[in-house]
Amino acid sequence: MTQSTEEFMLDDIIRGCPHSRDYLISILQAVQDRYGYLSRESIYRISDYLDLPESKIYGVATFYNQFRLKPPGKFQIHVCRGTACHVKGSAGILDTIGRELGIEVGGTSKDGLFSLDTVACLGACSIAPVITINGKFYGRLDNKKVQSLVKKLKRQGDGT
Amino acid sequence: MTNKSRVYIGMGTCGLATGADLVKAAAEEWFLKKGVCGQITPTGCVGFCQMEPIMDVVAENGIRISYGAVEPAEVAGILQGALADGDYSRGKIIGQYKNGASFLSDIPFIEEHPFFKKQVKFVLKNCGIINPASLSEYKERGGLTGLERALKAGPKGVVEEIHESGLRGRGGGGFPTGKKWRLAQSNDAAQKYIICNADEGDPGAFMDRAILEGDPFALIEGMIIAGFAIGASQGIIYCRAEYPLAIERLESAIDTLKKEKLLGHSLDKNGFHFDLRVKKGAGAFVCGEETALIASIEGRRGMPRPRPPYPSDSGLFERPTVVNNVETLANVTGIMREGAEFFSSMGTKNSKGTKVFALTGKIRNTGLVEVPMGITLKEIIYDIGGGIAQDKSFKAVQIGGPSGGCIPKSYIDTEIDYESLKGVGAIMGSGGLVVMDEDTCMVDVARFFLSFITNESCGKCIPCREGTQRLFEILDYIVSPYSKMKSEEENLRRFNMVMELENLAEVIKRTSLCGLGQTAPNPVLSTLRFFRNEYEAHIYERKCPAKACRGLLTYEIDTDICTGCTLCSKSCPTGAVVGEKGKAHYIIEDKCVHCGTCLDVCRFGAVKVS
Repeated sequence: MTQSTEEFMLDDIIRGCPHSRDYLISILQAVQDRYGYLSRESIYRISDYLDLPESKIYGVATFYNQFRLKPPGKFQIHVCRGTACHVKGSAGILDTIGRELGIEVGGTSKDGLFSLDTVACLGACSIAPVITINGKFYGRLDNKKVQSLVKKLKRQGDGT
Repeated sequence: MTNKSRVYIGMGTCGLATGADLVKAAAEEWFLKKGVCGQITPTGCVGFCQMEPIMDVVAENGIRISYGAVEPAEVAGILQGALADGDYSRGKIIGQYKNGASFLSDIPFIEEHPFFKKQVKFVLKNCGIINPASLSEYKERGGLTGLERALKAGPKGVVEEIHESGLRGRGGGGFPTGKKWRLAQSNDAAQKYIICNADEGDPGAFMDRAILEGDPFALIEGMIIAGFAIGASQGIIYCRAEYPLAIERLESAIDTLKKEKLLGHSLDKNGFHFDLRVKKGAGAFVCGEETALIASIEGRRGMPRPRPPYPSDSGLFERPTVVNNVETLANVTGIMREGAEFFSSMGTKNSKGTKVFALTGKIRNTGLVEVPMGITLKEIIYDIGGGIAQDKSFKAVQIGGPSGGCIPKSYIDTEIDYESLKGVGAIMGSGGLVVMDEDTCMVDVARFFLSFITNESCGKCIPCREGTQRLFEILDYIVSPYSKMKSEEENLRRFNMVMELENLAEVIKRTSLCGLGQTAPNPVLSTLRFFRNEYEAHIYERKCPAKACRGLLTYEIDTDICTGCTLCSKSCPTGAVVGEKGKAHYIIEDKCVHCGTCLDVCRFGAVKVS
């Protein structure tokens, strides 16, 4: 895809939203939905469109947990760190995943396959501990289940 | 067999996570194979999450039986039995519904099941029973009659009725809803707003998600009534982005109501019309605070501001605004449908109606329960929850999330009521009940909440931003081994901080800007109050009685069990495990950082903890 079509698509997403500051978060969400993260370029574009300094947009983007400024991995893993999950051992699950993948929270593996984040609560406390991989829920986990899950994903990733 | 036979499958988030989609596929396959025209309807969550996936089968004769923990492989058998052979007993039966005249004498009613027996379904009346996308099913169960009554009573009448019912905000603070509405109603601004706070940020709470996913019309009806009562023509539902399914169902419900001309069209003779939109949150716990939530809707960083002015005078875009929680608004629908008197007949003197709790943690029956106010914690945990999982002993129940507290065994007879919970150092909060057993360390729980708060503090006021960080450091010190410290001097300094723990917590409580900061030290204060002995064991004896704080444990390898597989020495981050391949390994105490990795990776159970 050439640079110009990419830019055109970005503008298209941004213009789909009303021209007003209170839609800033919605615009950021729409851009992140498409690209997986907020690039420097996209922040410049949004700044032009809303006539708002880049610093303000950066301020909003870094305030909320949802936004990423770096590209995510092919498999985005979110580990729930809510109370129920904590009581049922989510700290161990997080350690195990980090160890298996060799990355820390907020990081992306060198091959670009995995990124690991925590989330305050996924609201699926009754099947704690819970993680999501690309939005799909996996509940009632333990260290062993997580290990085999990660191994499966690694195989899938190598296959492509 | 005709198309009267129906299958309902609980497809809320927890249902889907446990394989409800596979169950649905299996049911579809059975219908296709049999060439039978039956209807498969996805529903929200009935609350009994422990038994998910749940499948209800409605036979032609109207008998509705609920099956729990359904495996995709047994779906065909259950359906063949219930819909073709007249044998309802295949599968794990939860119970049958009282569904008209016909019922089976040998299957217990679902209301008799211990999990449901003490529950009173007022807000969750439809959740898991109806198709959340079907307005006609909602109407069949009394939907929209509350709105009709409200329109007849007029705005003043509605506010009076809500006031009389004694309804208090279900989001945490417990402010009387009628009073809030009265303030907004008396303001004669041309533009007012009603906002639904669906940013359920409390870790361990998911009651709002269940309502949004299972009965979106009830919430929207409540919002229209609220808008009518206070004179707001615009409503916004601020829903967290972590609930994609809830957002999808809300948006589809709004579309349906627009087509039915209930949204965006004149509803009464004075031309009252109401518009509603959903705004996705972006993940910030502090946005549960109303002024922060308003800032977030305006596209800014979600930071609270000092009150007054209260949102009822100057809120969204500086217009009068009422912010109500999901459960509160769903209660409004119920009150307008059944009447204030019915509502206030449930509950205690100062806390009326019911409350939905998310029952989780080390308990047998996890799930969502709705109970009348005034029930005791003991009844919820033992009668409804079935007691502690794996027959361990009960230690405490955490209620109210990061702003709440831990209630110990000695106070388990406490009644659920806004005031009585405050009396034992907790709060009603949004309704998360996390049960803890003997293996849970209370210092670790307090540290967990503090780490949550330090991550989520917006940073605006110093007591919360800096104070909670210091509190966290102190707790971190308490659960860390000595070797982590740099020098004796630092150890001494840290010890001084421990002496200041309580004092610092009090300062944060008194001086923080918003409700979240003011309640942030609660987990520390309440665990200190009831579990001081655990703190002392950590500090003086350097021991964790629950064996949960890894930093205070010592690890040893049992040389009789160790096979010398080298897995532990390979995974040890500091090279503290040494030994030859095929021979027993051992741990060098000085190098060990107590991370517990060797314990996790050992496949033979050779690593012992003391």
